Amino acid sequence: MSRPAPAIRVRGVRKVFATGGRELVALDGIDLEVAEGELVCLLGPSGCGKSTLLNAIAGFAPPTAGEIVAAGRPVAAPGPDRAMVFQEYALFPWMTVERNVAFGLELAGRPRAEVKERVAALLAKLHLDGFEDRFPKDLSGGMRQRVAIARVLAIDPPMLLMDEPFGALDALTRRNLQDELLRIWAEYRKTIVFVTHGIEESLYLADRVVVMTYRPGRVKRIVPVTLPRPRDPASPEFNALKREVSALVMEEQRLHEQAEAAREPRPGR
Amino acid sequence: MARAAALARSLLVPLAVLAAWEGVSRAGLVSPIILPAPSQVFLRWIAYARPLAPHDPARGSWVAWLFSGELPRDAFASLSRVAGGFAIGAGLALPLGLVMGARPRAYELMNPLVQILRPIPPIAFIPLAILWFGLGNPPAFFLISLGAFFPVLMNTIAGVRNVDGIYLRAARNLGAGEWTLFWRVIVPAATPYILTGVRVGIGVAFIVVIVAEMIAVNSGLGYRILEAREYFWSDKVIAGMISIGLAGLGIDLAMDRLNRWLLRWHPGMES
Repeated sequence: MSRPAPAIRVRGVRKVFATGGRELVALDGIDLEVAEGELVCLLGPSGCGKSTLLNAIAGFAPPTAGEIVAAGRPVAAPGPDRAMVFQEYALFPWMTVERNVAFGLELAGRPRAEVKERVAALLAKLHLDGFEDRFPKDLSGGMRQRVAIARVLAIDPPMLLMDEPFGALDALTRRNLQDELLRIWAEYRKTIVFVTHGIEESLYLADRVVVMTYRPGRVKRIVPVTLPRPRDPASPEFNALKREVSALVMEEQRLHEQAEAAREPRPGR
Repeated sequence: MARAAALARSLLVPLAVLAAWEGVSRAGLVSPIILPAPSQVFLRWIAYARPLAPHDPARGSWVAWLFSGELPRDAFASLSRVAGGFAIGAGLALPLGLVMGARPRAYELMNPLVQILRPIPPIAFIPLAILWFGLGNPPAFFLISLGAFFPVLMNTIAGVRNVDGIYLRAARNLGAGEWTLFWRVIVPAATPYILTGVRVGIGVAFIVVIVAEMIAVNSGLGYRILEAREYFWSDKVIAGMISIGLAGLGIDLAMDRLNRWLLRWHPGMES
């Protein structure tokens, strides 16, 4: 057993939310290991707890039971070693693009010249040069998410946690940013945990796709994706895999829809 | 062409009202003490605004002479009271509001007192203000700062409490401690609310300054229109009222410019 220690180890994680006197088990018995430099997608329908798991790894909401170890240390609080990219971008709207990207470096107390240089290099890398002095409101969704990615790359975290980062983007912009992410990942070799409900997205990106069950969220199956990159979503191999994963996810999606239907009162006629 | 027509339409009603007013007064239908003609008000306004003596280079600069009339001095007196009173009121409300917004314990302690005092109109404090501070500028400053205090306080509290949690999560995630979080995230995120409070606060301060000047001091626009009434100079009363309106408009325009600049990042502000 000479395997290197995983970057992230999740053991027996359970998360219970108390809502209106009732207990909701969001996660139950989650065991997961993510190797260093691996790109893992958490896939499942709404309500499967994939974002809850990501938030637990990030340290925003600790699990009710179980243990999460990141980079050899138990997770207790959010930290710059596990940088988060949000679906809503979460850029600071009162800061320019440049100030947003510089924020984490300034907090780390880096010298001004170094901050300036690093920020300029990252903005160039993400095709944002020329937009340094713009405010987020003046950027498109795709560009905002590029800024958010540059902002976390600036602090050079070993792990990136991404919560449906491309979910609000149109299909073409999404593909563009997926390719961008793969380029960045190939260059910097970050460990990435990527939450999505897009089956194709998960197969396009991930080394392994973790399919989760609907309520309580458990690991239903882990599907390794060994297709060489760049992957062709039109290829027969890709589509075979897509059919397989689709079947798994749709079983859970049906449970999700039944639960929604039971919750909503039926319209009278 | 269309713009000229629109302008003509927008001027139609005001001009008609002025003409009717002028006609009624000229025809002697109402006493000039009740309602002086607009032309008379305008002449009085010029006299009120104009320097009292011809320019004498030995006695000061040209600019000082231009503003040596009664109106400029009254306007300066009123506006400096607004500025001073607002600075005191907002200067106290802002730090208290930031603390009350950020610390639930401070909110619990202070909120009951705030809720009791807040609905009392500042004007109702006039008798107490005079008992406490006598006549002159001190009670005026007290009343004006009181008027500015609560709008700034309430909006600052709301601003801090309504900061979107995602900015806090993002900042913590990037390594921000409590202090950085407060100054670099919470305070800037709350500025739209705070500036709304500032704008309302200045508006209230401007109302209060006119009232305070009618009661406690003998300078300023509020004092001047009450003084004019004593002499039955209704033309001067109206000229003073118009001056008060213009000063209020000036404050509002200045605030609007400041807001636009400070909130140039805000999605609601289209440049």
